[in-house]
Amino acid sequence: MLRYVPLMLKNTLRNRRRSVLTIFSIGASLCLLGLMFALYRGLFLAPARPGQELRLVTHHKVSMTQPMPYSYAAKIRQVPGVAGVMTWQWFGGTYKDARDRNNFFARFCAEPAEFFKVHTDIDMPEDQRRAFLQLRTGAIVSDDLAERMHWKLGERIFVIGDIFPVSLELKLVGIFHDANTSETLYFNREYLRELLGPNSARADTVGAFQIQAESADAVARVAKTIDTMFENSTAPTKSESEQAFTLQFISFLGNVKMYLMVICGAVTFTILLVSANTMAMSVRERTREVGILKTLGYSPGSILFMVLGEAGVISMIGGAMGVGMAAGLTGLLRNAPSFIQQMKTLTITPDVAALCVGLAIAIGVLSSLIPAWNAARMPILVSLRSSG
Amino acid sequence: MAIPLAYNLRNLTVRKTTTFMTALGIALTVAVLVAVLALVNGLSSAFEASGEPLNILVMRKGSNAELNGGMSRAVFQDLTALPGIARAADGHPLASLELITIVNIPSTEDENGANLTVRGLTTVGLELRPRVKLAEGRWFQAGKREVVVGKSVAKRHSNLGLGKKIRFAKGEWDIVGILDAGRGSENSEILLDLNQSASDYNRMDGLSSARLRATDSVAAEALMRSISEDRRFNSNAQTELDYMTSQTSNAAPIKIMGIFVAIIMAVGSSFAAMNTMYAAVARRAREVGTLRVLGFSRGSILTSFFLESLLLSAIGGALGCLLVLPLNNVTTGMMTFTTFSEIAFNFRVGPQAMAIGVGFAMIMGAIGGVFPARNAAKKEILVALRDQ
Repeated sequence: MLRYVPLMLKNTLRNRRRSVLTIFSIGASLCLLGLMFALYRGLFLAPARPGQELRLVTHHKVSMTQPMPYSYAAKIRQVPGVAGVMTWQWFGGTYKDARDRNNFFARFCAEPAEFFKVHTDIDMPEDQRRAFLQLRTGAIVSDDLAERMHWKLGERIFVIGDIFPVSLELKLVGIFHDANTSETLYFNREYLRELLGPNSARADTVGAFQIQAESADAVARVAKTIDTMFENSTAPTKSESEQAFTLQFISFLGNVKMYLMVICGAVTFTILLVSANTMAMSVRERTREVGILKTLGYSPGSILFMVLGEAGVISMIGGAMGVGMAAGLTGLLRNAPSFIQQMKTLTITPDVAALCVGLAIAIGVLSSLIPAWNAARMPILVSLRSSG
Repeated sequence: MAIPLAYNLRNLTVRKTTTFMTALGIALTVAVLVAVLALVNGLSSAFEASGEPLNILVMRKGSNAELNGGMSRAVFQDLTALPGIARAADGHPLASLELITIVNIPSTEDENGANLTVRGLTTVGLELRPRVKLAEGRWFQAGKREVVVGKSVAKRHSNLGLGKKIRFAKGEWDIVGILDAGRGSENSEILLDLNQSASDYNRMDGLSSARLRATDSVAAEALMRSISEDRRFNSNAQTELDYMTSQTSNAAPIKIMGIFVAIIMAVGSSFAAMNTMYAAVARRAREVGTLRVLGFSRGSILTSFFLESLLLSAIGGALGCLLVLPLNNVTTGMMTFTTFSEIAFNFRVGPQAMAIGVGFAMIMGAIGGVFPARNAAKKEILVALRDQ
């Protein structure tokens, strides 16, 4: 069969414009398919990233907007397998003008000492760590935020509260790098308590805890122990891995899995249509030629093979091109602003690329089955008589 | 002189398989776009339908959502004394103090359960919402553990029907009624007595928001200005309609993603349309020659083929709208970041979305048709006629 390959390639080049257009068309579709697959994989299939796999989030069972007593922290610390417990309190508030979306970034308060126990994987100079531990009004931000806001160490950051009726006057004392955190500011919980005053009911409630487990196999056990511990209290909890927790925000958008699948289905079907159309046109044009080939003694099987092969070659090139474009686009998307953490690490992994190209070839071959079958079966005299 | 459009129509029907496949490819692209637009339209119309232009929403300064809003009874009392507030027949001011909380209930769609907004209000709150009608059962009674659920809630969660019980805050509540708010967002809420919910959540004085009905639009303006400027209130006033419309931005990520997907798919479909049109031009070379001999100018040949491409894509666009039409009025749910709870709404495949879809298809047709049309117009008569 291999000796037909040169003829197959020649056929591909016969109507160059059509082949190129088809390749572009399939390429665009495959690019999209690649992106969708990569997104699906990144969101739902990827394992927890280093630094993230030991971390859990505990929040009120109803929603993270419901407060829990701060005393839970001490109880959670007693659970075997827990290496650190940090308050993870969303402060919200307004920086400058809330109407400008550029002023939005995540603002949390935490206990600095616990923060370093829970976020063991961050990259931050020792003197800045010390400054955060010591200065009550100190704040640290992730490097991407500092860069976007053009903040330098020592910057004064003013935030007006909404959930908490206080205003923060923070001083930037540290900039950290963390692959799992984007555009976030942390400040000292003690400072918030001080502003709220001794009589505030809010001073001793917490929205969520971040917990560092001692080992990966302790994560599930710790989560279960915590939730059982508070099951019958006034504030029952839900503990989950940080990865599962972030996925919740994606479910805000509705059934994202279904959206992705519907789009993938539509795109796949489009490729099928485009490829089938091209091959039908290509075969129709060559009816006479097929007749001649048959007269020369080519079997219907080899003709079938040649047409299928041609479709396979075209869709394979299209697929490879699409995957290349998708890889380029993921690069752009990684740097685009997004609240979905997983977008920051979106990549076309080798398995996604292989799946795309394989799918492209399969669709190409499948779509040309009918025209190829018709060509192979057509009686010689009919095809020779054709004027096409 | 122009070539009649009937000529193009006939050509499209002669090659019906190719036409259909190309049109279907365009249709799928259009379907994705129109479906996304229908989703966004549905969401924004649900929000818009929930806002009365004369209702003024007052919350603590700095908060941009009722969930993290704030309103004390003392401030509310002062607000009701302001001039410009409409009064009911018996003389009480149309002012409603409300408490917003969230309850998490098991859902078949999401393993994390669905969050629903629980709104505590008094009968005045219902007077401020004339669109909210009782569909089944009766209203909750003050001081009793009774709730009325929105019709979408009852429909989407079978365990929340009339006569069932729901457990949140300090115990169980009887579902005594189902309300119908037209297209309003109350369909996704649970309503109950303000004081009962305030005592359950230990928030006797820390309530969420106040709604005031202004006598007319001029009074509304004055009322909002005097509330926002009076430092005693430390509150911000906006019309309910403005507040609701601003929540539509929750759908922005979906809209951006949908448009992004549609554009990439459109690139693929344009190439496919181009392919089809080139094939059409190649097959009809002789016809083109004949038309030229009959006296049709190059210009009219160009227009004719271009129009044929537009026609082809318009068919595809219409087909795409047809594909999406069954989605119309299908109910779906989405979480919003401002309420942290689910809002149910219907897809709305409106004339505007369909017009955008067909327009989008015709852009694809125009891009795909312009080069083949030019190619046809440039053909020399003699060469074209000699072509077989």
